[in-house]
Amino acid sequence: MTEDPKNSNINNNRRDFLGMLLGGGFFAWIISLFYPVFKFLDPPKIEEVKVSSVKIGAVEDMAKDSGKIIKFGNKPVIVIRKLDGEYAAFSGVCTHLDCIVQFRQDYGQIYCACHNGKYDLNGRNVSGPPPAPLKKFGVTIKKDEVIVYEEEA
Amino acid sequence: MKKSNGKTFKERSFGWIDERYDVTGLIEFAKKKSVPKFRETIWYYFGGIALLLFVIQVLSGILLLMYYQGTEDAAYESVKFISTKVSFGWLIRSVHSWSANLMVLAIFIHMFSVYFLKSFRKPRELTWYTGFILLALAMGFGFSGYLLPWNELAFFATKVGTDITRQIPVIGDSLLILLRGGEDVTGATLSRFFGFHVAVLPGLFTVFLVLHLMFIQRQGMAEPEDWRKLPESEKKQIPFFPNFTLRELLIWLIVINILAILAVFFPWELGNKADPFAPAPVGIRPEWYFMFMFQVLKLLPANILFLSGEFVGIAAFGIGIFLWFIVPFWDKRTPESRRNKAITYVGIFVVMFIIIFTILGFILD
Repeated sequence: MTEDPKNSNINNNRRDFLGMLLGGGFFAWIISLFYPVFKFLDPPKIEEVKVSSVKIGAVEDMAKDSGKIIKFGNKPVIVIRKLDGEYAAFSGVCTHLDCIVQFRQDYGQIYCACHNGKYDLNGRNVSGPPPAPLKKFGVTIKKDEVIVYEEEA
Repeated sequence: MKKSNGKTFKERSFGWIDERYDVTGLIEFAKKKSVPKFRETIWYYFGGIALLLFVIQVLSGILLLMYYQGTEDAAYESVKFISTKVSFGWLIRSVHSWSANLMVLAIFIHMFSVYFLKSFRKPRELTWYTGFILLALAMGFGFSGYLLPWNELAFFATKVGTDITRQIPVIGDSLLILLRGGEDVTGATLSRFFGFHVAVLPGLFTVFLVLHLMFIQRQGMAEPEDWRKLPESEKKQIPFFPNFTLRELLIWLIVINILAILAVFFPWELGNKADPFAPAPVGIRPEWYFMFMFQVLKLLPANILFLSGEFVGIAAFGIGIFLWFIVPFWDKRTPESRRNKAITYVGIFVVMFIIIFTILGFILD
């Protein structure tokens, strides 16, 4: 059989076109197969209980020069009572790699044990790897009761 | 023994199988296999040691699965139950933990010996690549298994370890959520890590292990250049079967004994249950094989130029590890009869770096 060059050109075009259609279809098929899997692995958002303030007890419950972690919704917050009896509160999550910080009486600082990060009692990162200060929370005292609240940004 | 046609039962059974599966061919193959005998032959045993320890991991892991419960409320208690109530539970758990550590150690030794003997060169590039992937998977086993007892140390190690993925540009944040099963390390993370540890990783590990071993069987044992240059008469060899195999078995016996001694006299501790609202305990540290990276991150300042310290550290490790992975690619074979010294120096530097920072990690503060 002799090939008509014009005809074979059309054939080739048709073949390329079919190839593209099949290849593209296959690609789309693969994506449609894996899309549900990827979506499945992405956990659904769980409704968080919105917390705007937490009561942590009477003023004299906490000793001077001490600190503790409280639950602020589902987030840890560190509350500190300074030597002069003044209260302060910060996010308890170290800005370096997500560990939970603690008050160190011996340093008079907020300390993260994971990588030796240190913050002063105003939440400023003063030494070690933390790249940013701790987020500040508000503290107010109403009728001898200490209330920690989230400050508006 | 009953005889028919003058053949024993053993001969007849062998004949039956041989006729169908050509066992004779396999025996011929095993007879030809040999290991070069020279100063460094000892290193040829470490791959086999890692294999033995992997088998022990699978078996002891299956036993632990009979009692372990992978949920936030029950994980710590179930491990405690295994360690205190189940007969020999403490032993099985201790064997699993010790064997895991010895396995990673054996793989490291195996990798560095292959590196220094330059066995990764053509035609064994794929053996190197699959071996490296096996090491990465073994470290994945270690990292995911570390969390399963749900104790304080594991909790914070996992927080830090997964938080590092945040440093990866573009996909970092989604990857973090994918790993943790949410924004924070919670019971969802435990479920995922349990799944990785007992299903995903064992599956992947088996595939790469089979490839790794197939490549080795197909090509035979690597012969180092110094040995290959010897005149034929001086090339000493050990037949793989039975001589090398029996020696390997003897070494396995020694390793099992070491493992038993460690597991019995230094039982693995459980520590305190993880509390997402307690400060990280002082003296927190990851498994020793992550220690050098952990220590470097600890020493980096918060900011280097305009980038964050962690980002620089993690990017540097990422690039370094990738270059190590593709060493067969950038190691241009030096002309015959000359060694490539640079490769050796790089290797010595890496070993020193790992050793120094691991020791620093254990002695500083």
